[in-house]
Amino acid sequence: MLTKFTGGTVYDPLNGVNGEVRDIYVKDGRIVAVPPPGTRIDAEYPLNGRVVMAGAIDPHSHIGGGKVTIGRMMLPEDHQGHEVARTELMRSGCGHAVPSTMTTGYRYAEMGYTAAFEPAMLPANARQAHLEMGDTPMIDKGAFVMLGNDDFFLRSLVEKKDFAFIKDYIAWTMHAAQAMAVKIVNPGGISAFKFNQRSLDLDEKHEFYGVTPRDIILTLARGMKELGVPHPIHIHGCNLGVPGSMNSTLATIRGAEGLPIHLTHIQFHSYGTEGDMKFSSGAPQIAELLNQTPNVSIDIGQIMFGQTCTASGDSMRQYGNTKSANPKKWVVMDIECDNGCGVVPMKYRDKSYVNALQWCIGLELFLLVQDPWRIFLTTDHPNGAPFYFYPHLIRLLMDRTFRNEMLEKLHPGAQAATILKTLDREYSLYDVAIMTRAGPARSLGLRDRGHLGAGAIADITVYEDNADREAMFKTPLFVFKSGELIVKNGRVVKVVSGATHVVRPDYDRAIEKPLREYFDRYHTVKLDNFRLSDQEVVESNCGHTGGECGCVIVQPCGPRTS
Amino acid sequence: MTNWTQAKGPGETPKSNAITDVACPFCGLVCDDLEIVRDDNGLHVVKNGCEKAIAGFDRNVDGAKPQVDGRDVDIGTAIQAATALIRKSSLPLYGGLGTDVDGIRAVMALADKSGGVVDHALSEAQYRNFRVMQTRGWIMTTLTEARNRADVIIVVGSDIQKLHPRFFERIVNVDESLFSETPPKRTVYFIGKGLDQSAVKGPRIGEIITLPCEIDRVGEVIGALAAEVKGTPVTHDTVAGVPIADIRALAERCQSSAYPVFVWAPPSLAFPNADLVVSTVSDLVKDLNVKGRAAGLALGGNEGSISAAAVASWQSGYPLRVSFASGKPDYDFLRYSIPRMLANGEGDALVWLASFTPDLGPPATKIPTVVLGTPGLKLPNPPAVFIPVGTPGADHAGRIIRVDNVVSLPLRNLGRSNLPKASDIFAAIELAL
Repeated sequence: MLTKFTGGTVYDPLNGVNGEVRDIYVKDGRIVAVPPPGTRIDAEYPLNGRVVMAGAIDPHSHIGGGKVTIGRMMLPEDHQGHEVARTELMRSGCGHAVPSTMTTGYRYAEMGYTAAFEPAMLPANARQAHLEMGDTPMIDKGAFVMLGNDDFFLRSLVEKKDFAFIKDYIAWTMHAAQAMAVKIVNPGGISAFKFNQRSLDLDEKHEFYGVTPRDIILTLARGMKELGVPHPIHIHGCNLGVPGSMNSTLATIRGAEGLPIHLTHIQFHSYGTEGDMKFSSGAPQIAELLNQTPNVSIDIGQIMFGQTCTASGDSMRQYGNTKSANPKKWVVMDIECDNGCGVVPMKYRDKSYVNALQWCIGLELFLLVQDPWRIFLTTDHPNGAPFYFYPHLIRLLMDRTFRNEMLEKLHPGAQAATILKTLDREYSLYDVAIMTRAGPARSLGLRDRGHLGAGAIADITVYEDNADREAMFKTPLFVFKSGELIVKNGRVVKVVSGATHVVRPDYDRAIEKPLREYFDRYHTVKLDNFRLSDQEVVESNCGHTGGECGCVIVQPCGPRTS
Repeated sequence: MTNWTQAKGPGETPKSNAITDVACPFCGLVCDDLEIVRDDNGLHVVKNGCEKAIAGFDRNVDGAKPQVDGRDVDIGTAIQAATALIRKSSLPLYGGLGTDVDGIRAVMALADKSGGVVDHALSEAQYRNFRVMQTRGWIMTTLTEARNRADVIIVVGSDIQKLHPRFFERIVNVDESLFSETPPKRTVYFIGKGLDQSAVKGPRIGEIITLPCEIDRVGEVIGALAAEVKGTPVTHDTVAGVPIADIRALAERCQSSAYPVFVWAPPSLAFPNADLVVSTVSDLVKDLNVKGRAAGLALGGNEGSISAAAVASWQSGYPLRVSFASGKPDYDFLRYSIPRMLANGEGDALVWLASFTPDLGPPATKIPTVVLGTPGLKLPNPPAVFIPVGTPGADHAGRIIRVDNVVSLPLRNLGRSNLPKASDIFAAIELAL
């Protein structure tokens, strides 16, 4: 079956295609080279005047795992009025701040997304995270496993274990949790909170283990690099949400010592302490440093106004944020000598100085960081806002007039405290294609995703070229997943499962001997039950290899180096 | 105290034909260190089995046949009859729900398609917790965290031993701790009279202190304790018969400890408005966290109820007691309680699933009933359709979420029988509907 997509205006940054009229050919779920003249075309989509991009990829969205489901359970009143009825094709569900799993999958696809990655999978909760992602249809999934607050890792640092041992442990955990990358959340801080430390700055010592967040970050950054994992260590830094957090963020960037790192939802870590409110934007300083630091990539974690729910592994900082809970209920957990979590509902208000400035800080960062290949579009769903605000966010970036109109509605103090009005930059469609497709695909090591060159999986989104960019990105004309039409005019027309992506770096299996003993002595789960088997994440005996159903796709990992 | 650990030490060789590291689905703890042998007579737990595990695994399930109106039929006929009944129903009630993750996924899919109501047999107990989570929230811990970190355990009005026979062995009286080579002994408080303390013994157990009140007056003692912690002392000499000095001593102990853990099991708090006790405990734990650390640990969660609530939440947004009659999930934890609906003549078919223990039988009802049950399930009257199903973790593989709502475990197919999976039966019904 050969399908031709004729005459669309193509934005494909990984192949250097910037708004050129091109024909695209798809065969057996993949994009193929232009066939010889006379080859039979089985189906054709005339796309003249339409905008064609690869399916969008969300590199940081809390879509699966225990804390998301705690948020769902905790907020029935937020679902009410947002229930979604069953249709011939689709299951019922609900969706506002924390949509149900199926609704999440449908909504992502309806917005032109074909992949989303869960960034905070606890090893102890990995099985449930995969179960929830397995119930999230339409899109490809994958997860970053959280390390660096777990006792085994911290103990290994204290005992000055051989670096090969630590790498083996990182790699073992990635296999055991079926992960695609590694995340560190409040390095050492989640653990320190269990010992009643209430803050932990970059060079502050964990009072029990005696290590610092800097030690932990550098160990994991080096570990990722030497294991050949494509995505660098994904860092949720120190001091989330704290006025003055910009200083630890600047120090973290400088402290990476040239190692590749990714700083996630950096908006929440870009606050200064100036002004009457002792809360100011650190975006200019951070962006300036980022522009000079090519080893660092970021995503924003933009906030939007309205009701949402924050869900983070950062129990220390989320406990601190409980005073802002709205409505006033929240869950904080200490988990398995492994990690933690904090789920705090949040209502961001445009008439609040702090919230309004948070909104400005996120946009300042978007506009001041020059290289779109190192900045990804996220709201840290659902922490800054639910993911379906992306079209609105894209319009804010592409349309300066609209942005300034929105700005004028905010708390006047925040308007006075931001340089946003002086920033004239408008994102181009090419920039958006980088930030939502090419950049995340390259960063995550998804070699056959995020682009439209021959050999790529045919995940393709087609938009009407509407001057209202919010309307354009909200309602794609067509979305194709592996070459199949799944969305038409912004509505699901076919339900598919989507695949799970994993990365499997090499490790020495001898690591299991000390680990097994450790589990036996201290844990309440046996090592062999802790580990997720392939069969648990694969649709049973599907026999596919290309991700047509819920299969696992093992993305290539670089060679292990010392 | 029963010695569950007949052989200790990681190095010891298991019986040659034993299956090791088996996870047990018969209570919410899901212990996964069992050893089981299989012979011609079935399964036998040979190590680390409590009475619930032995009763669950060693049970003979052979010979059960599907039945329609009390007559043996083949499975296809039974599925057809169940399908016809559900198709005819305008409001089917999906109850029991003693199953694993795949089972509850299949129930949700069928309830969505047939416009039914879903509710677990143990929801009433679980809602003593959920109401608090949905109104106040809490600070909780998990089994491994409590095992290594707790220095004081406060049992709140709950007969832990009866619900979870290995809790004290696996979480409290443990030889080692991650944070000390010579871990101190633990003090265990019991708030409430007559709670089984027989398993609270061993080298890690220090003092055992009881604040003896009637179980339905636990809330008063907890309220006084909360007031003491808040610094608003109670002026009475006794509260619910407990000297205030003892309550004050406990408050001081909680404040001077590194990580006191309050343990309760909602099924034990079987008195009116027990959610208010959970609420007060949770607020008290929050207050302790202003200066120090403390956490709650809610137990219970037997018969797959944790998995049922979790899957219902991620698929519909709501922890059970959801109706799909309108095509959308409609949530009302009072209205969509199946016991209440049956008592009020609401619903016109009952579909009951109980795949773990024979005790989770359906309630007596006049409306037509389809039962998917483990053989030997206690039935008040013969249902219209009975389909014997396997137990996840004994008769087929599966996955189950543990009581702390974080850890889930793989359940193995131990080859006890060829009984079908409930999820396959429900999928067949859904397809035929």
